[in-house]
Amino acid sequence: MEGMTFIVKTITRLLIGAIFLFGIYITFYGHLTPGGGFAGGIIIACGYILITLAFGKKVSLGKLSDFWASLIDNIGALSFWLIGILGYTGGYFFMNFIEKAKPFGLFSSGTIFAINIAICIKVAASIFAVFLALTIFGKFISDMIASEDED
Amino acid sequence: MLILFYSLLIFCVVGSIIAIEIRNILASVIAAGAVGMALSILFLFLGAPDIAITQVVVEIICLIVLIRSTVSLDNTSITKHRDTFAILSSLIFFGLFLVFAFMAFQGLPKFGEPLMRVSSYYVENSTRQTGASNIIMGIILDYRAYDTLGEATVIFTSILGAFVVLRAKGKKRKEEFDQVKVGIPEKEDLPKALVEAEE
Repeated sequence: MEGMTFIVKTITRLLIGAIFLFGIYITFYGHLTPGGGFAGGIIIACGYILITLAFGKKVSLGKLSDFWASLIDNIGALSFWLIGILGYTGGYFFMNFIEKAKPFGLFSSGTIFAINIAICIKVAASIFAVFLALTIFGKFISDMIASEDED
Repeated sequence: MLILFYSLLIFCVVGSIIAIEIRNILASVIAAGAVGMALSILFLFLGAPDIAITQVVVEIICLIVLIRSTVSLDNTSITKHRDTFAILSSLIFFGLFLVFAFMAFQGLPKFGEPLMRVSSYYVENSTRQTGASNIIMGIILDYRAYDTLGEATVIFTSILGAFVVLRAKGKKRKEEFDQVKVGIPEKEDLPKALVEAEE
């Protein structure tokens, strides 16, 4: 049985949905309340890190493997850049080309909403990927030596 | 309220000094985390909730990652004496910095009263022009979106570099046949320092 104790696992199971929901809320309401894509993305990455710490690496790698994490990181960065390119349809780079609605609405701010989501995806995937790289892959040589000692 | 602000400021300075000076590396990481938490409360006092939220979440991530990656090598401690010349020169340069900073800060506007030229334009027109009621988001993702793209590129490149450098060891784990194909080095063939560090 990998990971931490039964108490930690149960609390994680209860809280993990709320953590992801809070990250998504911080991202989506970035243009209305304090927060934004960066903070929301790091909260979502925190959720994945909590899964890794509580259930062990097998469960979290099954949910989001290192390959997919780096791929989603690239997709987020490219989509941010693509939104900037799409601004040329209205005139210049990073033009806010979507029609703006009345303030204080969810879809009121044109491209800011889309850029927030792109940054959120990028940051969440990349922070989780670097956590994987620092904690799991770093243990490889020591595991190798340990397994050879067992043999 | 101002007393609380200044006491938090002093707490930050003391915590930083403890984080530098303490011998145990885990205690040093925890002291740095405490400084970050106090800094986020300071940002709240200064009326910057965006920065405060970002500071809190980044601090938590840093704390977890640093503890996870340093807890296995917490026996790192400095035993030999420090270089006297380094201490002396850093003290002299710190004194010079204090003198010139005192002279330079005389010319700055008073604390809390910035020159409101560009920012007053943003405050008046941001909500109408960008549609975002959070003016900070309107600035960093509309007026200054190009800056944010550069910032995102910096994060992307640094994390890509870190991922590539750290991944080189773990890449062979998935396939069992690597030992036959590539030949994983035996324990004796590994660099001696690496084996000692791992043990």
